Amino acid sequence: MTEKRKIKVLVCKPGLDGHDRGAKVLARALRDAGMEVIYTGIHQTPDDVVNTVIQEDPDAVMLSMLSGSHNAICPVIMQKLKEQNIDDVLVAVGGIIPDEDKPFLEKHGLKGFHGPGTDLKTIVEFVQNNLKR
Amino acid sequence: MEYSNLITKLLEGNTRAAARLITIVENDIDAAETIIKSIYKSTGNAYILGITGAPGSGKSTFISTLTNTFIEQGRKVGIICVDPTSPITGGALLGDRIRMKQYFTLDRVFIRSMANRGQLGGLARATEDVIKILDAYGCEIIIVETVGVGQSEVDIFKSAETVIVLLVPGLGDDIQAIKAGIMEITDIFVVNKMDFPGADRKVAEISQMLELNSSFKYQSNQLREEYFKLVAWPPEIVKVNSKTGENFKELIEIIKKHIQFLEDTGVISNYLKNRIKSETLQILKHKLQKKVEDLINSNQEKIEQYINKVIEKSLDPYSMADIIIKMLGIEK
Repeated sequence: MTEKRKIKVLVCKPGLDGHDRGAKVLARALRDAGMEVIYTGIHQTPDDVVNTVIQEDPDAVMLSMLSGSHNAICPVIMQKLKEQNIDDVLVAVGGIIPDEDKPFLEKHGLKGFHGPGTDLKTIVEFVQNNLKR
Repeated sequence: MEYSNLITKLLEGNTRAAARLITIVENDIDAAETIIKSIYKSTGNAYILGITGAPGSGKSTFISTLTNTFIEQGRKVGIICVDPTSPITGGALLGDRIRMKQYFTLDRVFIRSMANRGQLGGLARATEDVIKILDAYGCEIIIVETVGVGQSEVDIFKSAETVIVLLVPGLGDDIQAIKAGIMEITDIFVVNKMDFPGADRKVAEISQMLELNSSFKYQSNQLREEYFKLVAWPPEIVKVNSKTGENFKELIEIIKKHIQFLEDTGVISNYLKNRIKSETLQILKHKLQKKVEDLINSNQEKIEQYINKVIEKSLDPYSMADIIIKMLGIEK
């Protein structure tokens, strides 16, 4: 009796940034799309994020960043995931990501880059269509 | 076998193997059967502590502080947090982790969030299996946080050695304290948020309720004793502040006392027997339900005929059920 597999998503805010309304709205939207969403809150270090990924084994990680520190923090998270041989998790970053930073982040394996005003349906479909397992 | 690699790693204490196996048992009940069968011999070493209470009573924060105390003693702790699944969309927001202290290191604490996926009783279908995986993984203490419960979500007492119910000042009066349900399955009452007004009153209400327990031999007590074949443990009350850690020393002493009591009285082996019994019953229910569903699906025409007979009143639902039982090959 295999139950329908649930998509499990981790939503978190790395770095010193307290503006979490967007992350909460996103968490709610993913929940309403039938996903199991873990929200870990603000002030997450790269190690916190990676530890949570290890223990919770999510299908996707959504990083919400509005502080401008994405270029510094996201590659560290990707590196630490790599060190753990975690390669089957979709990692997306959204929030305030300037266009000129996207190629750099893409090079590190990040996806998404949804900014303010994005239709929530777009993000839900993005998650559904970009899972790695 | 498909999972043997993961299982070998799990038994070596590999965290990612544990996490992946948990995902598998959550999603696939047939796989769960295979996995549990092959790790079962390595289980039974962990002490299981159930934490339950109303939504917002501070369960996650309480667990965080309690876990801190355990890791200071050098223990390896597993935490399973169950949150509710939406009955409408099937989605869930798992927000217990946010209260857990972030500096817990991986080799000391394993936290896993679970959605209950519609199961009543305060736990998820797979919670029992996840406990076993964390046990085999090497957690010495496994803390299970139920969903924020109302009054009758009592399944935790079948899984845990010690059940702690969290209460908070200002929520409910002494009538709530004498209602049936979670108040009856509690080993330790913790009045959380003791710095709030009304904490002492809450403690007083609980102790009055407990006094009634001991001075009269209520039928419910007898049933409980029959169920556990035990000398009833007199539940204890302690008030704490989870934010500051106040009174946690006392709480730990009470927990120790309870473990000691279980061992000294031999109650612990009865716990185990009852747990195996109720677990097997659950598995049987699942398996039989599956058999019945398969039977109905593969005999739709026949079933349709019976349904029509019931509509015509030449058959009734009870008799129809008996026919299906016969079809299953189980004699009525």
